[in-house]
Amino acid sequence: MHLHRYEKIWLTFGIGSLIIFLTVLGVSAFAMGHQPPSHMAKVDPQNVRSEAPFDEPGLRQIDETTYQANIIAMAFTYQPNKIEVPVGSTVRFHVTSSDVVHSFTIPNTNVNFMVTPGHINMAEHTFTEPGTYLVLCNEYCGTGHHHMQMTIEVVE
Amino acid sequence: MKNSALRVEEYSSDLDVRVAPKDAALSMAHIYIAFSAFLVGAIAGLLQGLVRGGMIELPSWLGYYQILTAHGVLLALVFTTYFIFAFLFAGMSRTHGAFSDRLRKLSWTGFIVLTIGTLLAAVLIILNEASVLYTFYAPLTAHPLYYVGLTLFVVGSWISGAALLAHYFSWKKAHKGERTPLFGYMTVATIVLWIIACLGVAVTVLLQMIPWAFGLTDEINVLLSRTLFWYFGHPLVYFWLLPAYIAWYVSIPKIIGGKLFSDSLARMAFVLFLLFSIPVGFHHQLMEAGISHMWKFIQTLLTFVVIVPSLMTAFSIFGTFEQTGRAKGGTGIFYWLHKLPWKDVRFFAPFMGMIIFIPAGAGGIINASFQMNAVIHNTLWVVGHFHLTVGSTVLLTFFGISYWLIPHLTGRKFTPFLNRLGMVQTWLWAIGMFFMSGGMHLIGLLGAPRRTAYTTYQNHPDALVWFEGIFTNYITIAIGGVILFVAAVMMFYNFIYMTWLAPKGDTEFPISEPAEDASETPKVFENWKLWIGIAIVLILFAYTIPIYDMIVNAPPGSPTFDYLIK
Ligand code: HEM
Ligand SMILES: [Cu+2]
Ligand SMILES: [Cu+2]
Repeated sequence: MHLHRYEKIWLTFGIGSLIIFLTVLGVSAFAMGHQPPSHMAKVDPQNVRSEAPFDEPGLRQIDETTYQANIIAMAFTYQPNKIEVPVGSTVRFHVTSSDVVHSFTIPNTNVNFMVTPGHINMAEHTFTEPGTYLVLCNEYCGTGHHHMQMTIEVVE
Repeated sequence: MKNSALRVEEYSSDLDVRVAPKDAALSMAHIYIAFSAFLVGAIAGLLQGLVRGGMIELPSWLGYYQILTAHGVLLALVFTTYFIFAFLFAGMSRTHGAFSDRLRKLSWTGFIVLTIGTLLAAVLIILNEASVLYTFYAPLTAHPLYYVGLTLFVVGSWISGAALLAHYFSWKKAHKGERTPLFGYMTVATIVLWIIACLGVAVTVLLQMIPWAFGLTDEINVLLSRTLFWYFGHPLVYFWLLPAYIAWYVSIPKIIGGKLFSDSLARMAFVLFLLFSIPVGFHHQLMEAGISHMWKFIQTLLTFVVIVPSLMTAFSIFGTFEQTGRAKGGTGIFYWLHKLPWKDVRFFAPFMGMIIFIPAGAGGIINASFQMNAVIHNTLWVVGHFHLTVGSTVLLTFFGISYWLIPHLTGRKFTPFLNRLGMVQTWLWAIGMFFMSGGMHLIGLLGAPRRTAYTTYQNHPDALVWFEGIFTNYITIAIGGVILFVAAVMMFYNFIYMTWLAPKGDTEFPISEPAEDASETPKVFENWKLWIGIAIVLILFAYTIPIYDMIVNAPPGSPTFDYLIK
């Protein structure tokens, strides 16, 4: 089989850039910890509220500036529906679903992950600006999907 | 004015090589259903754009998620599948001779099963018993018969696929030692891809969803079901794309009056698509729990391998353009471009599709980029992306095919009038897409969710910006949708015109002569056992451990949730 000289240049250039690009992705993921949310913890989706931490949904302070928010997503809301943290806080969201698949998404941040029943998914975000942050569900979950939301108050 | 599309003497040299009339009837049966689905799907799309922009409200008997389900099913599944089989049946009859009566009967059986499945699913969508969208993720639950309809759809497509494969292999038997025609080779790669891909969706629908929806089992393993779905979902997009590539490789060179650049490279590209489009489904599940970083990353690496055959395709096609332009006297770095038939819609519509594939592919690289996926996952960006890939590149190529396929099958002429309609249609589609898809991409970056009816999230400022931008505005999307809808109605008219109204006569089914290097194509490309074997090894490598883990370490399952969709 014969490859045209230009085709060799084209493919070498293409495959070369591809390798560089994938190396950057790999280093950023595995050496710098920029991983997609892939939490492995599990729960019984039909008895979410009988096990810790979802027996007491809400905010828990971990240290001075770090909080853990345990949140249950359900059609068509989140429990709790509102949390409040001081500006500068880092919040670890631990979210599960008590019914179908949802998402936990804060527009204009990197917090955007799927919430599948049976699993706990998580992400972390540091709120450096005060304000009322919108959380929405961007995975179709039924007739009321477009009403599913909560807010995060970040106060001075 | 001289219309370059109509130099019939130059282009239509093969008028006597035809699709056999009985095969043409089979192919046309698929075309009727494809374009009916297209029109209804486009109406749904128009309504979606207007609803999301807050410009209209649907009547109480019609749900937003109901029309969205219809839109996805009719356009992404029904239109594409029926059109693809119409094209492949006709092309195989044209390049490998008429189907035997036995195989034609088998093909009709496939058509009937496919159509029963389609009608069953359609009825349940109309009854609002199946508003689970075309991806039907568990544990939202549709009426059990909806899953039966989907099963029949897949079974029908397998029967039709088997007929195509059998036709190819009986040609091969009758022509021992000869190189198979490129059209047949590519058809086999497409059908093999489809059959292997459907195994995933067949397993989840037959073994998980049907028993669960009928109440025979109480619970479903949600993550396993999603994984099996996406094992199917990514190669599904290659099932749409490969037939478009067949037209690029096999028909376009003839339409522009040239020859394909290289036969062996074309075959190699198709083999690579077959190998690397299946073991990659996790790139649709990057944002979910229960799959480890490691396996997500491995499948992400495999995902990017498809860039190689994509680059090869780009090179081959543009190489063919240049070679042809120069053979016609074009010189210089760019002057040969002038020698291409820009006013011939059979060339121009697919060409527009190719151009649109450049930004579409770049967007795809962003989507699959592991951590970066968080920025756009399930936002309107994704919807913008696939309206470029399948909604423009594939569709514009299919429209381009229609302009000769349908008149060829109905024994009518490709007229200057039709050519003009087609040119206007192509431009309208591209302009509509620029607004709709452009708006979707940008508003998606601002966080606007996909699959979501009109909402301002109680007038939250982060949501209100989606209604206030100059271009980044739901209104932009709605305007694009209206233009697209006009283009869709035009295309439907073109279908009617080509089927019943155009003057009787002959239109060529363009098939390029073999490339210069065709005689040197290595024999190994025809070794399907080898390629299927490698495909299976790659699939087992990418999926065995994570799927084993999903089954053995599964959390308790989920019951049905059918009340949430009504
Ligand atoms: C008249 C032209 C079209 C218009 C106006 C249109 C409009 C839309 C809109 C506004 C959405 C987003 C709805 C949402 O996420 O809430 C959508 C989704 C979609 N469109 Fe189109 N579209 C058109 C043509 C097509 C074509 C030709 C295809 C494919 C062949 C296609 C495939 C899809 C798919 C698969 C979805 C996603 C459905 C889902 O999320 O379940 N569309 N369309
Ligand atoms: Cu939702
Ligand atoms: Cu994919």
